[in-house]
Amino acid sequence: MKIRSQTAMVFHLDKCIGCHTCSIACKNIWTDRQGAEYMWWNNVETKPGTGFPTLWEDQEKYKGGWELKNGKVELKLQNRLQTFANLFSNPAMPTMDDYYEPWTYKYGDLFNSPLGDDQPTARPISRIDGQPIDIESGPNWDDDLGGSNVYAVNDPLLDDMSEEEKQRLFSIEQLFYFYMPRICNHCLNAGCVAACPSGAIYKRAEDGIVLINQDKCRGWRMCVSACPYKKTFYNWSTGKSEKCILCYPRLESGQAPACFHSCVGRIRYLGVLLYDADQIEAAVKVPDEQLVQRQREMILDPHDPKVVAAAKESGIPDGVITAAQRSPVYRYVKEWELALPLHPEYRTLPMLFYVPPLLPVLNATQSSGTQLVETDLFSSLENARVPVRYMSRTLAAGNDELVIKSYQKMIAVRLYKRAQTVGDVTAEEANAALAKAGMGAEEAEAIYHLTSLPSYQERFMIPPASREGDIEETYDPQQRKAEAGFGRSQGAHRGL
Amino acid sequence: MLDNLLFVVFPYVAVAVAVVGTVYRFLTNQFSFTSLSSQFMESDLQFWGSTLWHYGIIPTLVIHMMGFVFPKLMEALHGTPETLYLAEIAGKILGIMALAGALILLYRRLSQSKIRVVTTPADWLVIALLINQVVLGLWIAFGYRWGATWFVHTVTPWTVSLATFQPAPQFVSALPLIPKLHFLNATLLILLFPFTRLVHMITVPVEYLWRSFQRVIWTRRRVV
Repeated sequence: MKIRSQTAMVFHLDKCIGCHTCSIACKNIWTDRQGAEYMWWNNVETKPGTGFPTLWEDQEKYKGGWELKNGKVELKLQNRLQTFANLFSNPAMPTMDDYYEPWTYKYGDLFNSPLGDDQPTARPISRIDGQPIDIESGPNWDDDLGGSNVYAVNDPLLDDMSEEEKQRLFSIEQLFYFYMPRICNHCLNAGCVAACPSGAIYKRAEDGIVLINQDKCRGWRMCVSACPYKKTFYNWSTGKSEKCILCYPRLESGQAPACFHSCVGRIRYLGVLLYDADQIEAAVKVPDEQLVQRQREMILDPHDPKVVAAAKESGIPDGVITAAQRSPVYRYVKEWELALPLHPEYRTLPMLFYVPPLLPVLNATQSSGTQLVETDLFSSLENARVPVRYMSRTLAAGNDELVIKSYQKMIAVRLYKRAQTVGDVTAEEANAALAKAGMGAEEAEAIYHLTSLPSYQERFMIPPASREGDIEETYDPQQRKAEAGFGRSQGAHRGL
Repeated sequence: MLDNLLFVVFPYVAVAVAVVGTVYRFLTNQFSFTSLSSQFMESDLQFWGSTLWHYGIIPTLVIHMMGFVFPKLMEALHGTPETLYLAEIAGKILGIMALAGALILLYRRLSQSKIRVVTTPADWLVIALLINQVVLGLWIAFGYRWGATWFVHTVTPWTVSLATFQPAPQFVSALPLIPKLHFLNATLLILLFPFTRLVHMITVPVEYLWRSFQRVIWTRRRVV
């Protein structure tokens, strides 16, 4: 057993209010630069919708992720030899049009225009070449347009639904939509790492953060195509690729990443998962419907003394093991099995998990749009066949059972708490719900607490960074102190 | 005197600057080693331009190198009319591919305002010199018959004499103007190599042929 630790994440979609505070926090810190202005390392999408970049989930177009072919897992983009053949022009490269052309406005015209009969206007101009542009799309252009016949209807995940089913999803009073915040998934079997011809992309063994070495990146752009989530971006100015760094400078000093820290709905959880790296290869070779289960099996119980001993032997510091034992992510993903990975069928083993949103699914089954009768929750779920299928295509590679199981637990927790605090549900009904979901009162209480009332420390169980210790043994700390710091000694500019 | 300057001093200076400059740039500013691709801004013309250019110019360059390193093999190849025709035709096709690609890339840079934003003066210089080089090369191929054969008896001894530090410019000084310009333009490109985007030539990711797909890096590999 080769145990490694991964700083993993859970997003609780029922709590996301789609405010984009996370996106702005990230943008202000990391991507407010020339060449990176179009990048959104963190973005929030309205789903069903086309997302960012447009239609990113359409892997026939972008060739992201892995494919299971004759029992072998291969990059969908190309094999090793094709990489060399395609070195001069990437066959599945998204261009600026697939994201959007960044723009600003000629504000100076408002002040400098000569006196005239018309009010001066600030025309939009491209931030690339300064030419006037007609703004036709932008980041998050379809915000809140769930049900839109222009955007949402083109969601690739709706391709197997009949017109009648789409009608049901998009009818006015039963509209089904939710928000999906997305960052880099810091995958265990990352497509970007595998596709990089230069070997510039790597996973930090200490915490599993996937980074691009800017000195080694040669701008071949294969990572941009190979990441099925489109979370590596090409900086058109410096000629290097960039991606979410999980705010590692913040993590190393004990702070939550900016998007986690600023989250208004407090939907984000961060914590350590211990996993068996020897199982990666086997875990991506199973059929679609078993992928989630197999991924859960790789994640090891940090309370198991055998796992702890093996982790120590694999070089994981005690502080990280303790953090793993208190990890909110472990509870959501493994203990409670509430959280699911985004598109496991891409076979990258993403380490960002989502608790599926319950409310939009139930809303889609209501006939009148009025207050839900709580005891009808389970029957509502049974009627929500279409929304559940959409969720399972998003989070479970089409395995409805996993999503339903997660929902049953969430409903049981609601009934259980309702019996306690409101009283219009009897204790028997609550217990029956718990039994149906296969859980006890203790677990319901714990889920309720971590979902509704978690403190900052409970949401973010940040492992102590062992990097200082690592460096100390190879490097004089005084020298290190003089050299460490953010930024580069030379500006990151294009060419020589 | 002029021959010595152009075909002895100039090549030595160019190669020295190229080697020292590239090594210095790699050691001090590895960040600047990138393909500087602009495919992100425009993909369709880029595909035709870049693919034709690279698929034409790389084999051409390799064949030129073969002439320097294995002159006997090249000579044998040109020994029978069949193989000589083959070599001449292949060389011309590759040269035309490269020229077409370079012209597409030049048109792309001139016509697209977004591409011009990411074009430096050095880029204009490089593309002009490269087109010049390919045009001169094709001129030789079409205007001076059987260049592939006399190459091994003129250019090869000249480069070998330079490489062995026994410079003999007389091997090329009697050639017509066009081949001479072709050599000088090539030497100029070598001289400019470390100061331009041409440095991406040394970043061919050979290691990708065998490296494992996933890369996991410890700050310090722990001793278990």
